Amino acid sequence: MPEPDRRRDSRIILETRELTKIFGGLTAVSGFDLTVHEGEISSLIGPNGAGKTTVFNAVTGIYRPEGGKIIFNNEDITGKKPHQIVAKGIARTFQNIRLFPTMTCLENVMAGQHCRASAGLWASLFRTARQKNEEKRAIEIAESRLRHVRLQEAQNELARNIAYGSQRMLEIARALATEPILLVLDEPSSGLNTRETEDLMAFLKDLIRRENVTILLIEHDMNVVMGISDWVTVMDGGQKIAEGTPEAIYHNPRVIEAYLGTGDEEEA
Amino acid sequence: MENKHQTNVTRFFGSGQNALIVILGIFILYPFLASNYFIDIAFFFGIYALLGLSLNIVLGEVGLFDLGHAGFYAIGAYTTAILNTKFGIPVLLLLPASALAAALFAFAVCSPIIHLRGDYLCIVTIGMGEIVRLALINNPFDLTGGPNGVFGIDFPAVGPFFIIDSSIEFYFFIWLVVGITIAGLLRLQKSRIGRAWNYIREDETAAGAAGINVRYYKLLAFVLGAALAGVAGNIYASKLMCVSPESFTFWESCLMFCIVLIGGMGSIPGVIIGAAFISLFPEIFRPFTMYRMLVFGTVMILMMMFRPGGAWPRKRGGPPFTALLAKTGENDA
Repeated sequence: MPEPDRRRDSRIILETRELTKIFGGLTAVSGFDLTVHEGEISSLIGPNGAGKTTVFNAVTGIYRPEGGKIIFNNEDITGKKPHQIVAKGIARTFQNIRLFPTMTCLENVMAGQHCRASAGLWASLFRTARQKNEEKRAIEIAESRLRHVRLQEAQNELARNIAYGSQRMLEIARALATEPILLVLDEPSSGLNTRETEDLMAFLKDLIRRENVTILLIEHDMNVVMGISDWVTVMDGGQKIAEGTPEAIYHNPRVIEAYLGTGDEEEA
Repeated sequence: MENKHQTNVTRFFGSGQNALIVILGIFILYPFLASNYFIDIAFFFGIYALLGLSLNIVLGEVGLFDLGHAGFYAIGAYTTAILNTKFGIPVLLLLPASALAAALFAFAVCSPIIHLRGDYLCIVTIGMGEIVRLALINNPFDLTGGPNGVFGIDFPAVGPFFIIDSSIEFYFFIWLVVGITIAGLLRLQKSRIGRAWNYIREDETAAGAAGINVRYYKLLAFVLGAALAGVAGNIYASKLMCVSPESFTFWESCLMFCIVLIGGMGSIPGVIIGAAFISLFPEIFRPFTMYRMLVFGTVMILMMMFRPGGAWPRKRGGPPFTALLAKTGENDA
């Protein structure tokens, strides 16, 4: 299928080559190739159990893959620890929101700035000028990200006390506070109502237009996938079965088969 | 700007200056009004406060179940005892040495086990504490004096003329150290280090994904906690002038654990309250020694049921102990 010009023009920011992850006897991901181009919104879709989240966990360093390579920004990041990968510029959110529940929203977002600061034990104990500047910067960036997701009012609320939709946005704000090059979102719209989902889509579109960031997301809501993606990769059974523009994917018979099964099965 | 994420603790000590002055006044006047016996009780209250603060870093701030903290305390005490009695090194100089010894020990022992979660780590730390105690009893290289311990430790001397040897001087010594420790820990709480510890306690996976070096900060907590326990060990050894393995049993670790739980995880005023409870409780119940443990156990159970956040939880929230317990089975990712 012909590639859109936009994709050909921009460079590859993230690439997995022959990525393989095995859990005991189960091969969750086998020989999976993924390319994400700079400045695009790229979606990874597939039926439940296809291995999407496993790919995400491998890319963000939570799992160490059994085989294959992960290249980010022309650098091999395979097997690096999560915090090292964050420092290199990949930030993520989780399918089931993972915040720091008994800390304030501001503190939650400030977590993202941790890897951009360097104050150690002595600097923190003696409050050096540099440490104070770092703290000030961390608070400023966290506050601006809270404003960005319209949660500035809630900055002193505990994260567990804010609404579910707000928690999703708070998690995105925390990821953005790491100043990422690539933002990896695991089902950002799950649990959101129609209105919130529309807001989220607008937010992501606006983000990609205004900031120098690339987005990779797993998504089940086809309206979101078709509405905002520049590129869609489809997984099934741990392998890539198709990729292309949303329109092309929408009509791809293999994708329809993976999602709905073949006609024969339905009869049976 | 800073007000926005001030904790209860800093609000109390920061803007509630009156309260601080009253408390300081009581602390300074107390030894001039009380008998030596009660000054000594206040000294041990200080020791337990220091031990509580040290365990609070590991258990309260990072949420790591450490039931072998008496091991670090013992390493500090024995470092002082051995180096002082064998080589005549002044006790006060051994204060940093004891801290360093306990910290190095913590680093060596905890490095390979730091990835363990919840109850698994708890079991290993219990073993660690017991191994330290048994090693001391076995008198390795004829250093520790076996079950009898080490005798004849000097008093801390500040220069050639001023020697800390009376109850009142020890009282001020320990509380000065506790005061400095509290000041340092309050600063850490409000720094990226303190926050990193709390992120790990709240959700380790999320902390890693937000850019926190989980392993480093867990180890830092253990090393720092052990160093403070080592300091407590040094002061304890010089006060009693002797150390023996029976001072560093599993029971001591349990008491420290209780101090943090009673006060409230990660809460510095809470730890002081917990230490007060642990050190004053036996005195109050001296006439009814037989029922002491019964009451103690009942109090702990009632605490967990009705005030799981502790007596003085950290204002920002602070998780109840039960929430951490619930997480211990979680071993995903």
